[in-house]
Amino acid sequence: MSITTLERPLAGNDGDDGDRSADGHAETAAAPPAPTHIPSKEGIEVGPRRRLRESTLDERFNILGALVAGPTVATLLFGWFTPLTGPIGWVVVAFLAFIGFYILLVSLRSDREEVKDRVLTVLLISAGTILFGALAFVVVYTVGRGSVALPHLNFFTETMQLAGPLDGLDVGGISHAIVGTLIQISIALAITIPLGITTAVFLNEIGGKFARFVRTISDAMTALPSIVAGLFVYAAVIQLITHQRSGFAASLAISVMMLPIIIRASDVVLRLVPGNLREASYALGSTRWRTVWSVVLPTARSGLVTAVILGTARGIGETSPVLLTSGITAVMNLNPFEGPMISLPLQVFDFVKSPEPNIIARGFGTAAVLILLVLLLFIVARLIGGKGAGQLSDRQRRRVAQRSVDDLRRMTVERYVLTPTPTKEPQK
Amino acid sequence: MSEDKSFESLTDLHDALNRPTSVKVPVERVFAPEVGGEIFDANSRKRHPATATLTDQPEPTNHRDAVKRSLRSRPSQSDSIFKGVSLTAGVTTVSIMLAVGIFLSLRASDALQVSGINFLLEQQWSPETGQFGIASVIFGTFTIAIIAMFVGVPLAVGTALLLSEVVRGPIRSFLVSLVDLMAAVPSVVFGLWGLFFLQAAVIPVSAWISTYFSFIPIFAVEDGSGARLTEASAFTSSAFIAGIVVGLMVVPTQTSVMREAFSQAPMGEREAAFALGSTRWGMIRTVVLPFGRGGMIGGVMLGLGRALGETIAVYLIISPIFTINWEVLKTGTNSVSALIALRYGEASQFGLSALMAAGLVLFLITLVINFTASSIVARSRSGAETS
Repeated sequence: MSITTLERPLAGNDGDDGDRSADGHAETAAAPPAPTHIPSKEGIEVGPRRRLRESTLDERFNILGALVAGPTVATLLFGWFTPLTGPIGWVVVAFLAFIGFYILLVSLRSDREEVKDRVLTVLLISAGTILFGALAFVVVYTVGRGSVALPHLNFFTETMQLAGPLDGLDVGGISHAIVGTLIQISIALAITIPLGITTAVFLNEIGGKFARFVRTISDAMTALPSIVAGLFVYAAVIQLITHQRSGFAASLAISVMMLPIIIRASDVVLRLVPGNLREASYALGSTRWRTVWSVVLPTARSGLVTAVILGTARGIGETSPVLLTSGITAVMNLNPFEGPMISLPLQVFDFVKSPEPNIIARGFGTAAVLILLVLLLFIVARLIGGKGAGQLSDRQRRRVAQRSVDDLRRMTVERYVLTPTPTKEPQK
Repeated sequence: MSEDKSFESLTDLHDALNRPTSVKVPVERVFAPEVGGEIFDANSRKRHPATATLTDQPEPTNHRDAVKRSLRSRPSQSDSIFKGVSLTAGVTTVSIMLAVGIFLSLRASDALQVSGINFLLEQQWSPETGQFGIASVIFGTFTIAIIAMFVGVPLAVGTALLLSEVVRGPIRSFLVSLVDLMAAVPSVVFGLWGLFFLQAAVIPVSAWISTYFSFIPIFAVEDGSGARLTEASAFTSSAFIAGIVVGLMVVPTQTSVMREAFSQAPMGEREAAFALGSTRWGMIRTVVLPFGRGGMIGGVMLGLGRALGETIAVYLIISPIFTINWEVLKTGTNSVSALIALRYGEASQFGLSALMAAGLVLFLITLVINFTASSIVARSRSGAETS
């Protein structure tokens, strides 16, 4: 109705509503369609497309000038004009001088609002640079100092059983810690994956008052400091039951720490499964279990895998629960229930307490191995996950399309064409 | 909590379907002819013309007397097993977690009964003589965490704004996953870096601050008699250095919470601000920051919770003392988790119970902080939705 009125503003106002709209329809139907004109480009000069985000020469020179002036001032202050020393101090002074010069340069041509805007953008970029620079520096520093130990192949194949503190890097290695980490994290995953994902399914699919209670408790447990998890296992399991530190106790401590993380992450992933998929499944008459197994879990699979891998990365790197529970050893121990079993983070911690440079180099080497392991897990998680529930890759989409074509074929062609059917549709 | 609702409504729907309806409507049998006008006989694969239509269907006379069919379906075997298994998982999870809490409280109560209120006031830690309390370690824990916040929060807010407002396209998603990666870097690696690199680099800065700002009491570095210390050894292993390292460790957590809150600021308001001639900073100040305030506070508090519980990096860097040290640049501080890592090995049963009491206090503090944070984040999120 309103569209009709809009199209025909000059339509007669004397009739009542119904009349007018009927009129309108009749007239639009009768009128010849208005021809669409494409304006000709003849004789119109079209310049090159302007790039809106590009900075002007002026802006670039402002940045460049400030970038040159800041460090120069800092260098003059450090050692020339004043007795300031230290690399961090130099960086701080250079940065402050850079900001000052930049404000000065921008304010030559712009008003206050624009100066504020530009300075803030520069500040935001510097915050990001500092953060990512620090991350890169931590990783590069560790791997760099560990690179003394890493080229020795025995570092990965031998244990520290026969290596004394004064031995060179060509003796001894951390194979016992690598194996220990793998065993401990495997046991922890064997506990947390089924328990954590089933609990998350319970929170999402069953629901109710008790589920809300479970969610509150597991949220509360994410606040549990990891050292307290270790202390709990130390007092409740080691002191009361096993009376010795073991890999299994360490796995329990890691599990207590990882379980709330995995529950929370899986809970978030399962929440993202679109409700209409579930409803479609219920509408087709499937049971709740069928819906969970065939619709909810496959849809959320990549997210769940990512949640588990990220939880694993956290669990592998956590030192404090292991510190209290696994015990320190220099020999290979393949039995998680008997005797101490060291893991990578604890081995790092143990190595760097030594004053010997070779042992410290081993510590950095172990830390580098740990970082590379976490990095590997992280990259795998990103390759698998990184997509929301229900978002398919090209291959998956093709497979799904193929499957529905097959279904369609099964339901129509094979049923009605390949078998004799009545020749004529019944007339109405 | 709004997500909860949509979801629970689905399970509620399922329950409601299985429940007998409260409105007493007689359920009649539905014939295919009434619906489609055709009977589809699957067995013969033939279509018959409709034999009857709704109008000429004689009214069933006995439908009032028909036995009422219950709409509640008996759960299938697989369904009841599924329900049982997932309920068991929920119960197991809760019981593990409650076991941790109850066990800690029970064991801690032994020590708390002996020390009473002094547990919060006493600075020394010698459970064997009955003289123990967490005043100094809690003070150290908060000192380190607050310094970490001073380091971390500006970085986190800046990076979160950078990621949500400035950077675009593939670079943004790369940087976002880099932040996630940073959250997964093991704390012992940060500890190593702090111990072997940062400490040496920060000492001149500490010395400079203490020289020029010693009129502010917390920046002064003095020995027992009040004489100013200037040698490098007075500045090692301080709360300041530990705070910087812990601050870098909690930035990723804070950044990801804040970025999420900032990116939820509504597009309409952003564009309105730009249309009124605002610069980007003007838009951020008037739209993004007010909308993201809850997320900012929540992110800061979540980071604070993590900073309070951090163990290994702190333990590697600090040199533990059991007195309250106001001079944050000076050697010596302590934290609850470092205390546990330091003393658990040689502790007697009673000493262990005292350590558990300390751990319990730390747990309660982080619990309160986390719950406050998540309720603030949740409220800010729902606020952004309604606007």
